[in-house]
Amino acid sequence: MSYVAIKGGKAAIDSAAAATDYMRCKNAVDEPIKLSVIEDQLRLLTSRVVSEGGLYHPKLAALALKQFQGDTLEAAFALRAYRSTKPRLLETPLQDTSKMRCIRRISSAFKDIPGGQMLGATFDYALRLLRLDLANEDLAAFRQVAKNFLSNTPEADLPDSFPKVLDALRAGGLLPPVGTMREQAFDITRDPLVFPVPRSAALATMARAETGSLLAMAYSNMRGYGDVHPTVAELRVGYLPVMLPHPVTGELMEAGEVLMTECEVVAMYESGNAGDMPVFTLGYGACFGHNEVKAISMAILDRALQKGMRDGPDNPSEDPEFVLLHVDGVDSMGFASHYKMPHYVTFQSDMDRLRTTQGKLRKTGETA
Amino acid sequence: MNESYELPLEDAGYSFGFLDEYAKKEVRRCILKAIAIPGYQTPYASREMPMGRGFGTGGLQITLSLIGVQDTLKVIDQGSDDSVNAVNLRQFVQLTCPGVEVTEKTEEATLLQSRHRIPEKPLTEAQILILQVPYPDALVVVEPSEARRKVMHAEADYSRLLVKLYEDIVHFDEITISHRYPTRINGHYVIDPSPIPRWDVPKLHQSKALVLLGAGREKKIYAVPPYTLAEPLVFDDIVFRVEDFRDANGVRHACRCCGSTVSFLDEFSDEQGRVAYQCSDSAYCEEQQQPHSGSAA
Repeated sequence: MSYVAIKGGKAAIDSAAAATDYMRCKNAVDEPIKLSVIEDQLRLLTSRVVSEGGLYHPKLAALALKQFQGDTLEAAFALRAYRSTKPRLLETPLQDTSKMRCIRRISSAFKDIPGGQMLGATFDYALRLLRLDLANEDLAAFRQVAKNFLSNTPEADLPDSFPKVLDALRAGGLLPPVGTMREQAFDITRDPLVFPVPRSAALATMARAETGSLLAMAYSNMRGYGDVHPTVAELRVGYLPVMLPHPVTGELMEAGEVLMTECEVVAMYESGNAGDMPVFTLGYGACFGHNEVKAISMAILDRALQKGMRDGPDNPSEDPEFVLLHVDGVDSMGFASHYKMPHYVTFQSDMDRLRTTQGKLRKTGETA
Repeated sequence: MNESYELPLEDAGYSFGFLDEYAKKEVRRCILKAIAIPGYQTPYASREMPMGRGFGTGGLQITLSLIGVQDTLKVIDQGSDDSVNAVNLRQFVQLTCPGVEVTEKTEEATLLQSRHRIPEKPLTEAQILILQVPYPDALVVVEPSEARRKVMHAEADYSRLLVKLYEDIVHFDEITISHRYPTRINGHYVIDPSPIPRWDVPKLHQSKALVLLGAGREKKIYAVPPYTLAEPLVFDDIVFRVEDFRDANGVRHACRCCGSTVSFLDEFSDEQGRVAYQCSDSAYCEEQQQPHSGSAA
């Protein structure tokens, strides 16, 4: 009788909600997880959610992670839905990432970059050996870590911001000059993607795309379904001051800051317009939070898509429709989940078609 | 770090209709355009709703943009008011639209949101039917690129779709498309009428009620305005057929609850493991079971 169990939806939903909340609270000796614990100790998880949610609010992201029990897709989704209730009050002017207060910046193009390499917090060179001492971490030892780090680190004379590596390349004539933005940036939250779309629409879509989806598409290009062959000119992570016009004077003032990851890749040169010198080409990636793999993937795809937009796609990762319509976590997870809903009517209709076809073939078989 | 900012605790309550007013206005403008160009897929900036893409967010955005306190809403899924998803959507509307009446009776509703079915009871001019759409474009079976499909629609070039139907006949002696049957609206645009069964497609033709179709994930709204041609794509010598509920002897199966022989039936195994049939439209079935309703009395 399970097939006809279409009645009793309300009771079923209520019970499912209760069972879900029970799973969160079932271990009665545990303490409820504090939002600040998620935001700080699971900072990369929080980063992922603010980035894919397209809403910079780490506290709400931490709340969403708690509520959805660590599911990044669901948590990002909840931030998006929250965003739907808010009007757009203002369009931000262009923000200058050279003003970023970096916590990390590296370049794989040059050993010596103006301002120097700054490794910061990264697992890049960490041995992936499980630290079993963390399993039962002592509170005193936990606190000592921060204390030691802060007292042992000299207050170096670090500048607030660093020059951009690309500027040096540009000064050397290896990159095209910065173009001027011809049209207003495309706002994907207010306009649907109708292809062909401008590069700004592609960048905005990728900036809040699902990390794994972007990585998979970018990786296909790296492996051979494409030929970007990037060099990371600069990867920086830090707090970008958000400048907004003063409501009365119109003068730009700092309204807050957002943690961002930005990646610029340089790819092989192309012949420029007739008579111009050939120059390197660029790919750009940026997103909220500390998400280096995402920013790198985005930069590679940006470069691949620029080629696809200009010459037509030779590979899936160069096809704007293929990439941009399939990287959104909210869209793709929602649709994958919807197959769990009843499809009784459509399946009934499918059976009718199959039986009719079978009946006809049987009849032909009999007469033959 | 921004240590000073707070959680928006005062936001626990949502405004009427959940979406902000600009978003609702935008959806209404797209609806007007969709009605003005019957069958044309009007792109719009679909907002994220608090339920999954694929669970009816396109239909829901239309419903929330149109609904007012004077409205009475009916929500069905697979023909049933009480299926999990229908209950979920209805509860959400009740939560965010205080004062709106809900009903299970088709004739009482001013707005009907549905997934996969059109009610058996004919709709009226005073009603709007909102269908949830997973795939808005009938051409997707023959052309994956949206940009190319857009051109094909503009030129009313449905040749590849017709070839697919023709090939079906060659292979199987039948057109194999079951639900989502491509339907030409007002003599031009061919739409995907949402995954309604073939049974429901004729109800679109010259419908008294306005039919709005919303695809949230694919960000499209389209319409079959009242009293508009809606013709399933077929050939002159191949007629369009709806689902056949006759047994091997040609006797029409009846609903095991209300006895109706004129409704779309769900097939399932009963307690004894025998095949049983029951109306898919639960409100219709219940009405048929009332002692004083119709000729059954």
